[in-house]
Order: sequence, then C-alpha cells, then structure tokens
Amino acid sequence: MSHTATLTEKDTLAFHLEKNIDVLARKCYQCGKCSAGCPVAGEMDFSPSMVMRLLQTETPANDEKTLRSYSIWLCLTCEMCLCRCPMEIDIPSVMDFLRQKSLKEKKVNPKARRIIAFHKSFLNSIKYTGRLFELGLTLDYKRRSLTLMQDVALAPRMISRGKLHFIPEIIKGRPQVAKIFKKTSKKEN
Amino acid sequence: MKTGIYPGCSLNGSARDYNESVFALAEAFGLELEQVSDWNCCGATAAHNLNKDLSLALPARILALAEKNGMDEIIVPCAACYNRLTLTQTELRKDPELRNHVSGIIEMDYKGTSGIINVIEWIDKYITPNLEGRIVIPYAHKVACYYGCLLVRPHKVLNYDRPEDPQSMDLVMSKIGAEPIYYPFKTECCGAGLSISRTDIVSKLSGKIIEDAESRGAEAIIVACPMCHSNLDMRRNDINKYWGKEFKIPVIFITQAIGHAIGLTDKKIGLKRHFVDVKIS
Repeated sequence: MSHTATLTEKDTLAFHLEKNIDVLARKCYQCGKCSAGCPVAGEMDFSPSMVMRLLQTETPANDEKTLRSYSIWLCLTCEMCLCRCPMEIDIPSVMDFLRQKSLKEKKVNPKARRIIAFHKSFLNSIKYTGRLFELGLTLDYKRRSLTLMQDVALAPRMISRGKLHFIPEIIKGRPQVAKIFKKTSKKEN
Repeated sequence: MKTGIYPGCSLNGSARDYNESVFALAEAFGLELEQVSDWNCCGATAAHNLNKDLSLALPARILALAEKNGMDEIIVPCAACYNRLTLTQTELRKDPELRNHVSGIIEMDYKGTSGIINVIEWIDKYITPNLEGRIVIPYAHKVACYYGCLLVRPHKVLNYDRPEDPQSMDLVMSKIGAEPIYYPFKTECCGAGLSISRTDIVSKLSGKIIEDAESRGAEAIIVACPMCHSNLDMRRNDINKYWGKEFKIPVIFITQAIGHAIGLTDKKIGLKRHFVDVKIS
C-alpha cells in the first residue's frame, strides 16, 4: 500500500476505504456496468455505481447516506460487479467494509433488520457448537425477526427427506471456536 | 498425495444428498476421502458481512487442521465454503502480517500448504480420466449447467474456469452423454443467503434461471453448490407462487448425475431427498 503514505488523514469513508482495504473510490468513472449486472440493483435505494459516486463526493452528508442505505445489506456478494468493472474496483469488499462500519456506528437501515437478524442467528449458532445447526438457526432467527410462521410448511417436508437435524453437532474444538469469537468480537450484538 | 475433504455444514444437514453422492463417487472410484478432523463452520456470508477478522479466522482454523492432518489438498464441494477458504488462503499468503495476526487468533500455526479444490476439479482430476467403460446409463438429456457465483468469482482469486460462460461442468456432463445447452444464466446469482430473510428476492432470481433453462428445452439443471440447490429445489414452491407457474425441472448435483450414469442407485446418491421429483430415464 505505497500510496497510503501520501494520504492525508480525513474522516471520510473514501479515506477509510483506501487506508483499510486499499480500494480507491475515485477510480470509478461511473460507467454503470456494476449496476447493470447487479441482480438486486432494482431493490436498492442506491445502485452500486451510485454508492461509488456518493463515496467519491467525500461529504459528511453523503457518507451518512451510504452508511444508512439499504443497498449495503441487500448486496449478495455475488461478485458480478467486480467481475465486470473495467477499473477492477473491489465493490464487494467495499460493501463488507460499509456493512461493518454501519453496524459499529449503529446506522443500520431499519429495512435491513431481518437480513441482519439472520446473519446474527447464523453466527450465534456456530459460536456455541462450532458448526451450523440449521434448526437452531431458524428458531433463533424467528425469535429475532418475529417471523414465526414463515417456512413452517417446509419443516415436515425436510424431515421426511432426512434433511433436518434435531440435535446439534458439537465439535471438540468448541472452546477454541468460542475463543475465536471472543477475540474477534466487535460487539455486533 | 493425500486428499482430504471439508464437507461444510450444508452437506452435513440440508444438503446431505450432495454429501452422499460425493462419497458414493469416491467409493465407486476407490478414492480415499478423509474428513478434516474436527472441522468448524467457515463463517459463510454472515461472517464476512459482519466481521472481517472472524471471516478469516474460521476458515484459517479449517486450513490449519487440514495441514495438521497432512493433507496435500482438500476437496470443498460447497461452492460457498470453497470461496471463503480460497479467499482466506489468498489473503493470508500475500500478507505475512495478517497471517501472524490470524494465527494468533486461532492459536494454531498456519503455513498455507494444503491446496484447495472444488468438486469439478476433483472430478476432472480423479474421475473423468477413469470413466471409460464405467458408464452404464448414459445421461442422454439436455441439461443446463448452473455454476452460480462463488465457483467462478472473484476470478483473480479463484482462478478457475471463466467468470462468464464457464465450461467445466458442461464438459463433464457431455462426457457422460448429456447435451449441455447454452443459456445466459449460468453465472447469475440465485439469491444466495437471502433465502430466509428475503425469500421474495430468491424466488425472483432463482425463477429467472429456472424459467430460462426450461424454456430452452433443458430437462435438468445441474449444480455444484448446496446453496444454489436449496434455492432452486427446496424453494420451488415459493418460486412457482412468485411466478404464477408450475416449473417442474429437477435440480441435480453433478456428482449425482455421474453416479446415476455409472449405475449407482437413486438411494445411494440421495436422489430421493429432493423436493422436486427427479425421474431420469
């Protein structure tokens, strides 16, 4: 990261992106290929190229808009944008960075509540057993998101096909995994 | 050469049909597949969305265990796990400081010596060269090979096949008698991890893939990812409801297709566990 030496400390998202993940938002010339190929652009409040544009302005108001956007949570990390970007800007990594910052600064878009509830339930499940316990994940998600009746019809069909375990598998290295969670914890709860 | 396997959580649960077919193939071709001992979840989408350190540490523990087990390479049949493990290995290889940091978190040595291969690479390496004389029921059907995202992207990191219009699965399928069709949805996203939190999006995106494959005459969609499979198969009712149609096309793991062609029973390769009925003649 040789160019980071010349960076002047600024509290803008573009600065943090450059410093932390080596992505230069200013390289984007707004061709729009990322937005054209993004499978969820139509659902987003700001399409991927628009997010890049907001970042380029480096104004506090636009940084705020970005962190509070629904877009960053809808992104599926399908990697299509990076694949087609003529400047090879790693937008999926930008999205990861923005999600974590948005969470840390408690600026999460209210519409993303369920998506985040799912991620948290997922991590919670592996924190305690080391491996994902699908039934546990589903129940914890229902509790967090209050979607009690969703997918109830799926359960009996999964059971009859032997696809739903009722008892979690607990690995021997469970304490080790718990330690990994502790050491990397950023208080995402 | 010692080849290990990292099945990952899906293959242990809702994608046990995939797991069964991988192990059935290994057995049929006399291939040893030892599981990475005491493996943990790779963290999947949730970890890299919420916590970067965690998203590196969880795969790093798996890779460190594979090394400890003396595995020269590990096959990772789940495309999502394959992606996370390869991304982690690449990041830790290019940044020694980060590697030390992550080694400290997992409290294990990590050198990065075990190779990582996806299921098609494993098939190409160990199965297709030995297919001659083994095919008893040629898979004589038009198929749409669906690669999804994580098997081929990001291309610079995975360095596998091509990110647009990949061919590796098509080639394998043609070797067992199938006729792979051209269609433009090979690497379009199925909706992935939004399956539960935004089922509508998954229904829409997966439906597009199914609709296109079916309309071009494909008789089956061939996949190599448990997440793609669960979205295209287990979510079929939601998809049909969203589109107001009755899509019937089955979704088959590539390992099941090969297993069927070499005469393994439906039960052995987990074909009875699908939500959308599979009838291969």
